[in-house]
Amino acid sequence: MNRKRLTLALSLLLLAAVPLAGSAYYTELVTKVMILAIFAMSLDLLVGYTGLVSLGHAASYGIGAYTLALAAPRYDPASLWVTLAEAVLAAGLASLAVGFFVVRVKGVYFLMVTLAFAQMFHFLFHDTDLGRGSDGISISFRPDASVRGFTPFDLGNSVHAYYFVLVVLLLTYAFLRLLLRSPLGHALRGIKSNEHRMQSLGFPVLRYKLASFTIAGALGGLAGYLSAAQFGFVNPELFGWHQSGNVLLMLILGGLGSLTGGVAGAFVFVAMQELFQALTIHWQLPFGLAIILLVVFLPGGLASLPARLRPPRPEGPFHV
Amino acid sequence: MSEPLLATRALTKRFGGLTANSAVSLDLRKGQVHALLGPNGAGKSTLINLLSGDLPVSSGRILYRDRDITRLGPHQRSRLGIGRSYQKTNIFGPFTAYENCRLAAQSRQPRPWRIFSDAQAVPAVRRAAEAALEAAGLAAVADQPAASLSHGAQRQLEIAMVLATAPEVLLLDEPLAGMGADEAHRMVELLQKLGPDHAMLLVEHDMDAVFAVADVITVMVNGQVLESGPPAQIRASPAVRQAYLGDDDGPPGAEGGAAARPAGSGGRSA
Repeated sequence: MNRKRLTLALSLLLLAAVPLAGSAYYTELVTKVMILAIFAMSLDLLVGYTGLVSLGHAASYGIGAYTLALAAPRYDPASLWVTLAEAVLAAGLASLAVGFFVVRVKGVYFLMVTLAFAQMFHFLFHDTDLGRGSDGISISFRPDASVRGFTPFDLGNSVHAYYFVLVVLLLTYAFLRLLLRSPLGHALRGIKSNEHRMQSLGFPVLRYKLASFTIAGALGGLAGYLSAAQFGFVNPELFGWHQSGNVLLMLILGGLGSLTGGVAGAFVFVAMQELFQALTIHWQLPFGLAIILLVVFLPGGLASLPARLRPPRPEGPFHV
Repeated sequence: MSEPLLATRALTKRFGGLTANSAVSLDLRKGQVHALLGPNGAGKSTLINLLSGDLPVSSGRILYRDRDITRLGPHQRSRLGIGRSYQKTNIFGPFTAYENCRLAAQSRQPRPWRIFSDAQAVPAVRRAAEAALEAAGLAAVADQPAASLSHGAQRQLEIAMVLATAPEVLLLDEPLAGMGADEAHRMVELLQKLGPDHAMLLVEHDMDAVFAVADVITVMVNGQVLESGPPAQIRASPAVRQAYLGDDDGPPGAEGGAAARPAGSGGRSA
């Protein structure tokens, strides 16, 4: 436990120090990774803790991103706090509506209907005037963080943006930790372990699953919002199944059901992408191979690494 | 006699062409242990699944305190106070025995949506979980993962989880199955202790246990009720002997019960 805390503290220090290196490229790259980490953690609540494997989580990401694009005035910066709240709310409400239908099915069917709903959103924004087509929308001004004339930071400054995203990442982590500690969190784990028994013990399982789906969606919307704020641009690909597949891969690489695993997975995923892109234009080949090898030889993900490296204790909790 | 807590009226369950339960009517009363006997395939487990809501009924009605609950889902029936255990152990393997019971007790917590409270810090839930473990004789292994417990202890946990939800009606599907002699003895004592405060439906093949705890026995054959009555009546019934035991070599449990074997073995004549 202590070693775990130490690792966490060191990683946090390291993260906090990134902008000090002075490379705008890496500052922005790690900002992007942290946004993906928030996205991966939001999916972990669904997949790692509730046992619902979604292939449509990008829908919430896209809705969060498009909320900023559509809510922002054309010739003025939007208010960060107002549009952020709107994005989280919009993604949460959309997830509530979609969840109402999808939590009724299980396993591979859940996978398929979540994928189908995400594709519907993709086409909604791709083929109607709502999302202004496949070209997407440019956001001319970054959201303004001012509150009554006071401006605590400027998202146009990449270092400011970096620390803002870092704080949101930490808040998301803390929120999910609290949630998992609560009766709701324990019930979700119970549903993942044995849904049938949860039902027979008196838990309204569908309602709990819907709560998980909605919260995961709201946080996915948060990540999508941050991405739109960082890149100043949205397009329908944000809803694409690639996006859903990638975040699921990050989670699997990092380890399901540990929150920090999702964060580690996001880093490894982007790091490998960068590495192989620098080496070859056919980067997807070694990238795919590396993912296969990681999954085969480290099935529990990066989060299981510390337990594997530690020598087995002579007296585990399994012995009397 | 007290009003029945849980009652069935002409309850019928068909699986395609097979009628697993045919017009079953019985009453479960508080303070009464109602044992269900019958050979394998008689429809005992099906009846429990119908009562708990795990299976939808084909026709007939289920009444709880005179309220029709035939269409209610399993979690709604559980919340009314109908608790069931499973013949095939159905627990949360990765969680500790304590967490299995704590989760069961949590289902009775009034405000489950307060997401910033600590699930482990609710005194009433903790007490209910500890009491259930204690009653089932599992206090010593409370912190072990359920999957690592012995088969007998997992069977005890199965019951402890039901008790942690503080039900009025207990539907127990072969609670003694696979238990060693000591564990079985303790379980029979527990069932005797639970009898006065609960309405209990007990499906069990262990004749000693059944005759030790039952106040009423219903014998089922081919999905139908053959006979229902106090143990002495069932013991003396020629129809039961004929249909269920397949011989007339004496009533079940008559020779101290030791010779009685699991039902469905086609009798015990030499």
